[in-house]
Amino acid sequence: MIGAELFPNGIARYAIGGAFVGGGVAIIYLATGIIAGASTFLESTLSYVSKVPRFNRGPYVLTRDWRVVFTIGIVLGAAVYAVFWQGGAWTTEVQWWRLLGGGVLVGIGTRLGKGCTSGHGVCGVGSLSQTSIVNVATFMAVAIGTAQLVQALGVMP
Amino acid sequence: MSDRSPAFYLTILLGGLVFGFGLAYSHMARPEVVLNFLQFEDFGLLFVMGGASVVTAITFAFATNVLDRAPLTGTDYVRRMKSFDRNVLVGGVIFGAGWGISGICPGAAYASVGIGNITILWAIAGMFAGAYIQGRLRSRTADSDAGPATAD
Repeated sequence: MIGAELFPNGIARYAIGGAFVGGGVAIIYLATGIIAGASTFLESTLSYVSKVPRFNRGPYVLTRDWRVVFTIGIVLGAAVYAVFWQGGAWTTEVQWWRLLGGGVLVGIGTRLGKGCTSGHGVCGVGSLSQTSIVNVATFMAVAIGTAQLVQALGVMP
Repeated sequence: MSDRSPAFYLTILLGGLVFGFGLAYSHMARPEVVLNFLQFEDFGLLFVMGGASVVTAITFAFATNVLDRAPLTGTDYVRRMKSFDRNVLVGGVIFGAGWGISGICPGAAYASVGIGNITILWAIAGMFAGAYIQGRLRSRTADSDAGPATAD
């Protein structure tokens, strides 16, 4: 089959899943005008427990409640898939220090760079925002280089 | 925030459900799948971001050109336009390094909890720690902005 090397798992799973991701953004946008990204939740949620000024800015405090609801929805939606399609829980083999260390950098980078894979990658690109397109090109190139470097160093997985 | 209606929160919850289902269905909630993409072993992940972007692009174009105001909030429809500055690049580099090391990004991490991936809590703890660190540092920088210029 043509493309079997590039797409060993086909493309249907990815494209259909992607359409649902965009559909979730579209539902919220059409009903409320809000463009929902996933990473602002990290800072807005910190405003519940931290007095650091940056987390307690108006745009965060005013949106922190619905961002919690949005994140709960994400967890539950994925759980629906796990129950009816996946057939139970799935856990990663990726080592804990990669998740923790990478997570710290993701937390810093997404907030410094004004968005993540959903904010810039899906919503910003969907808005044809040049800022978002530059950000996505940057993080994509660096991520590819980093992942291949880690792989070359023999870290599995 | 407290004046938001139940319909508002139910809509947000529904949108999150669909969003999270998509991340699980596409397998992007699995770090291995992201790493396989970044290591050029399976390019399917392009269709997740591509498929999602096509849907949002059509939705944004339709709403901004045809629709008037959002029914639940009464606000105008606008596109997501963030200003460009050096932080967009620096943040992109740091985010990319983290994504390449861990194979996980914020939305996919929340969805990963939903598929039963308890191990992903390491990544979520890291993300909160990273967000907290930059918030502390930038709050300090902002405080000192009134004084002499500082090297950040």
